[in-house]
Amino acid sequence: MPNSRKPVFLIAVLLTLLTVSPAFTGEPDPQEFTQIEHGRYLATAADCISCHTIPGSKPFAGGRAIETPFGNIISANLTPDLDTGIGAWSDEAFDAAVRKGIGRHGGFLYPAMPYTAYAKLSRDDVLAIRAYLGSIEPVRNNVPPTSLPFPFNIRSGMRLWNALYFDRSEFKHDPSKSAEWNRGAYLVDGPAHCGACHTAKTFLGGDKTDQYLQGSYLQGWYAPNITNDKRLGLGNWTVEDIDAYLKTGHNRITAATGPMAEAVSLSTSHMTNKDTKAIATYLKSLPGKTESVAPLPKNSATMVAGGAIYRDQCSACHGLDGRGVANLFPAIADASGARSNDPTTSIRIVLRGARSVATAREPTSPGMPSYSWQLDDTQVADVLNYIRNSWGGAASPVEAKDVSHVRSDTAARGD
Amino acid sequence: MPRRLPKKDVVIIGFGWTGAIMANELTDEGLDVIAIERGPWRDAPTDFPPTYMQDELRYRVRHELFLRPDQLTFTFRNMMSQTALPIRSWGAFMPPNGVGGGGTHWNAEMWRFLPSDFVLRTHLTERYGASFLPADMTIQDWGITYDELEPHYDRFEYLCGTSGQAGNLKGKILEGGNPFEGPRSRPYPTPPQAQPFSHTLFGKAAQELGYKPFPQPSGNLSQAYTNPLGLRLGPCTYCGFCEWFGCSNYSKASPQTTLIPYLIRKANFTARDNSEVIRINLDRSGTRATGVTFVDTSGEEWEQQADLVILSAFALFNVQLLLHSGIGKPYDPVANTGVVGRNYTHQTISTVNGFFDNRKFNFNPFIGSGSIGMCIDEFNGDNFDHGPHGFVGGGYMGQVQTGGRPIESTLVPPGTPKWGADWKKAVKDNYLSTVKPGTGVHGSFYSYRDVYLDLDPTYTDRFGRPLMRITMDLKENEIKQNKFLTDKFAEIIKAMGAEKLAVQYRKGPYDITTYQTTHVNGGAVMGTDPNTSALNRYLQSWDVPNLFVLGATAFPQNPGYNPTLTVGALAYWAAAAIRGKYLKNPGRLVDA
Amino acid sequence: MKSSNPTWFVIRRREFLAGTAMFLFGATRVRAATIAGQLPWTPNAGAPPSRAKLGPWEFFTGEEGRAMEALADCIIPPDAETPGGKDAGCAVFVDRQLAGPYGRREGLYVRPPFQAGTKSQGPQSEKGPAQHYREALAALDRGCKAKYGERPFADLPVADKDEVLRELEKGDFKLDGIDGQSFFEQVVKDVQMGFFADPIYGGNRDMVAWKMIGYPGARYNYLDWVSRHNERFPLPPVGITGSAQWTR
Repeated sequence: MPNSRKPVFLIAVLLTLLTVSPAFTGEPDPQEFTQIEHGRYLATAADCISCHTIPGSKPFAGGRAIETPFGNIISANLTPDLDTGIGAWSDEAFDAAVRKGIGRHGGFLYPAMPYTAYAKLSRDDVLAIRAYLGSIEPVRNNVPPTSLPFPFNIRSGMRLWNALYFDRSEFKHDPSKSAEWNRGAYLVDGPAHCGACHTAKTFLGGDKTDQYLQGSYLQGWYAPNITNDKRLGLGNWTVEDIDAYLKTGHNRITAATGPMAEAVSLSTSHMTNKDTKAIATYLKSLPGKTESVAPLPKNSATMVAGGAIYRDQCSACHGLDGRGVANLFPAIADASGARSNDPTTSIRIVLRGARSVATAREPTSPGMPSYSWQLDDTQVADVLNYIRNSWGGAASPVEAKDVSHVRSDTAARGD
Repeated sequence: MPRRLPKKDVVIIGFGWTGAIMANELTDEGLDVIAIERGPWRDAPTDFPPTYMQDELRYRVRHELFLRPDQLTFTFRNMMSQTALPIRSWGAFMPPNGVGGGGTHWNAEMWRFLPSDFVLRTHLTERYGASFLPADMTIQDWGITYDELEPHYDRFEYLCGTSGQAGNLKGKILEGGNPFEGPRSRPYPTPPQAQPFSHTLFGKAAQELGYKPFPQPSGNLSQAYTNPLGLRLGPCTYCGFCEWFGCSNYSKASPQTTLIPYLIRKANFTARDNSEVIRINLDRSGTRATGVTFVDTSGEEWEQQADLVILSAFALFNVQLLLHSGIGKPYDPVANTGVVGRNYTHQTISTVNGFFDNRKFNFNPFIGSGSIGMCIDEFNGDNFDHGPHGFVGGGYMGQVQTGGRPIESTLVPPGTPKWGADWKKAVKDNYLSTVKPGTGVHGSFYSYRDVYLDLDPTYTDRFGRPLMRITMDLKENEIKQNKFLTDKFAEIIKAMGAEKLAVQYRKGPYDITTYQTTHVNGGAVMGTDPNTSALNRYLQSWDVPNLFVLGATAFPQNPGYNPTLTVGALAYWAAAAIRGKYLKNPGRLVDA
Repeated sequence: MKSSNPTWFVIRRREFLAGTAMFLFGATRVRAATIAGQLPWTPNAGAPPSRAKLGPWEFFTGEEGRAMEALADCIIPPDAETPGGKDAGCAVFVDRQLAGPYGRREGLYVRPPFQAGTKSQGPQSEKGPAQHYREALAALDRGCKAKYGERPFADLPVADKDEVLRELEKGDFKLDGIDGQSFFEQVVKDVQMGFFADPIYGGNRDMVAWKMIGYPGARYNYLDWVSRHNERFPLPPVGITGSAQWTR
């Protein structure tokens, strides 16, 4: 059961002042402009605001509960408040937290804070982020302690975890690749920490490095394969398609919803065109792991029933040909995400409906209705089998029990 | 005491078409705007999804999307000598409720009015002489011309992605369009919708009779469209559930598809739903609005102060709120004084149903859209010489059947029993081969001295306020007009090949139980003279200059077209006046 | 350990902002809300209709139910191809409607005073449809018993039932205390409505009425058929809860 041992950083609050750098207490020296701008951009690319803000509350003031399979982790206050934020932290302490997963007083952080990715940043990058965070409004917000159940409350256990999973090396430029590719690799593996969601995890939550960016289940969603895999990944996407998706949340094939909607809204849509193109170039260079799968026979019972449901219930938006409407209704004939081996996300969207992200360039944010009341588990499986195995596509069959599982798994979720 | 909310620059009453247009325009000006909507938030995927929207009983018969009369209704009588009685259940028209207003469940017919419609009294007097008009007819000029409104028509058409064929491009008459329309500066943004079989047959028959048929301009889109705000609409799939229903697949122009997703992202815009404005508050002088008082669903009263008040509820509710707020002089038909309640109108509609040989004709009547159809405009407005006919006004006509929803579309030929085995067989034999144009003849309804709105002496609403009283009847002029048009229409339906016709003229008395479109207009009309109009040509109240009243409320009389395009264009026109003139120098834009 | 889920709270906020639950035929959302920044959204949103329950009458008494079924079969007689009103569930439809918001006149303006007016002013009765049916069905049976030797409407031979209906239609069959002609019109309208409404409401069982006339039901896409003039649409009807084709 939850243990009352206080996390290290709370003790830190009591020991307020050690080294206070005036530059980081809310009154930036205007000469820091370049560094602050660099930091602002990186903080956006890293989507710090997402975890460290309770929406509707002051930005970066922390206190948001981050759901993990091991319990909820409470994010820290990143504002320059001296008592409750990072105002009193030394540069060393901040760098150690971001890139090494070490708390201010030497304790280990949980990798819900993606220091495993941020290790790819340079020390200058990290100090720029700190300079930016020092320029925002300080907010007094004493965040409650994280209290994971035993044994995860023993933070020293992270020493072993780090030994297993944490590559401390900074990003290394690959001279055999283009500058654009290198920039993309840096963004994907570093600040944007794509692998946090898109790389499958071991039972301890470490990356399965042999399945790099090939898709992963988390928190009731399946983050799809984003390698260049033709069937499951971005093989049919052009660099422009990826760029449009990151900038706007929409393209001719699909639309961002769920966790990716927020990543687009808060992070990728604010990246420069150069950076979104760089990410696209890098992702397109990843071969993925292509397995060939035979489509379900057209005349199988599941395909026939699924086809009838598709015609009657889906085609008004997604089209009889599965081509949808560019930037409005996903072209599910082409959307590899719909054919993921793990159909969690597709099932979830059919059951509960979804709204795609609104961005400045694509403000429509069209929604998909919920079918949970209308289709039973078998019917959801059937219509997904039809979608996954039509128009030249092929995917593993979805079973009624898969639907039943997602139905019960998501029943209590507010998202 | 109501609880007071922080003051805003602008408060908008009613979040339908005109409220959303004005909110978007004024937030662009940097103003802090709140829109207060009486009904619930509504959007396609959450409130009218394709999973259950195709429900004729729920939406058409039981009026799911409309205001509950229990919340607010009107009383009605045909003439001043009668006692008005409450409209206990909607019939003749359907007052909207909720975000999107009537723009959510309309058919999306996108008609411009004729240039002569805006100068009607002048035009008819010049052509036929003043004595040609009935003595009690109170039609008047609008105080605005077609040419002034044209850029705003254009803007609204492009906002909506309107599908149609231009008939008059900058004065050049184009084949296949409506040759009678005023000159337009641009073609329609998207091509006309596809036409089902019976609609095409009507076009052919009309052409053979010497008319110039054209596709009805439609806000149900023929193809995907991205509007100037970057909002995306999809192609209409001809599901046949448009009017009375919300569009589930983003293919009908509505505030939800063309404005709200863009507007809601603005930091200086807020919407509040389920909140009914019960009064516009005035300062002691009675010439300045200070804001509004509204009641939320828990019964709590709130006051929202603002520098500028936009009244953009449904036409009838605009008039009612003016009366309840003591703004403008109430109309008195006996003394012929006052303006609020004056020149209330509706639409004169009728139809002819055609029964065809089912061995030769299968119309698949369920394939349709709200504004599909082939029409002719030869008999609208003053497009023909009224001299020999002894009436004024007119309308368009066409095969504008919107679908084949079976509760109201299972017609039987005249003479068939209404029940029993013969009825059943006739239904079976005729469903697929009947032409049921709905509002096939869509005629004007001009204004009269004793057709008006005022407060009822007996019946009250849930707050104890008097209901508004409608006094309305069909006049000889409109009955003659309708007879003439309906006969012309019947000739075309017959020429299509119908074996039997059911000709349904509009006859008096005006009946509050039969649906005659929701185009109830006027009551606080625009004009050039404060003695005969409540609003000046910019839709600004003559009496309270920081109040603008949007909507068909302002129509001095109702031409033979659907009102929404003009309603939207007038909202843009008023917004342009506020942005260009009023904000620089708040006060009367026209000297009284 | 798995990483952060960035949407967790945003979506809770959406839920707070949104809450779009509506109730069938009714009531709007309970709570006024302020909406800003983004469009409201909740998972599982919507207010789908609930299926009329099978089983006993919910409004009618047994006698009323028998009369109603008999009326339904007169108005829509069975034939070789299509069931009649009774077997199509039209009486069940009327029963469920009268037991529900329609019967209670939910949402309608029912404040007094109730005064008689002209036909063009619309119905002004103090009684709702449920009470009308109750009184009229009782009066119908009384009238039949008086005229046909103590037999209620349901027990009359078909020819006599039709005779009663024809006379009601003409205004010749008087119901004591009731306007028989307007009751007749109401019954015909309601039975036929039940025949053609979505089967979820209890009538139009197995979509028999839609099959009879060739109406393909609650579809949303005829894009492939709008230009195929004079060709019969090939697919069978589908209801709000689907069709047999949806099942393996």
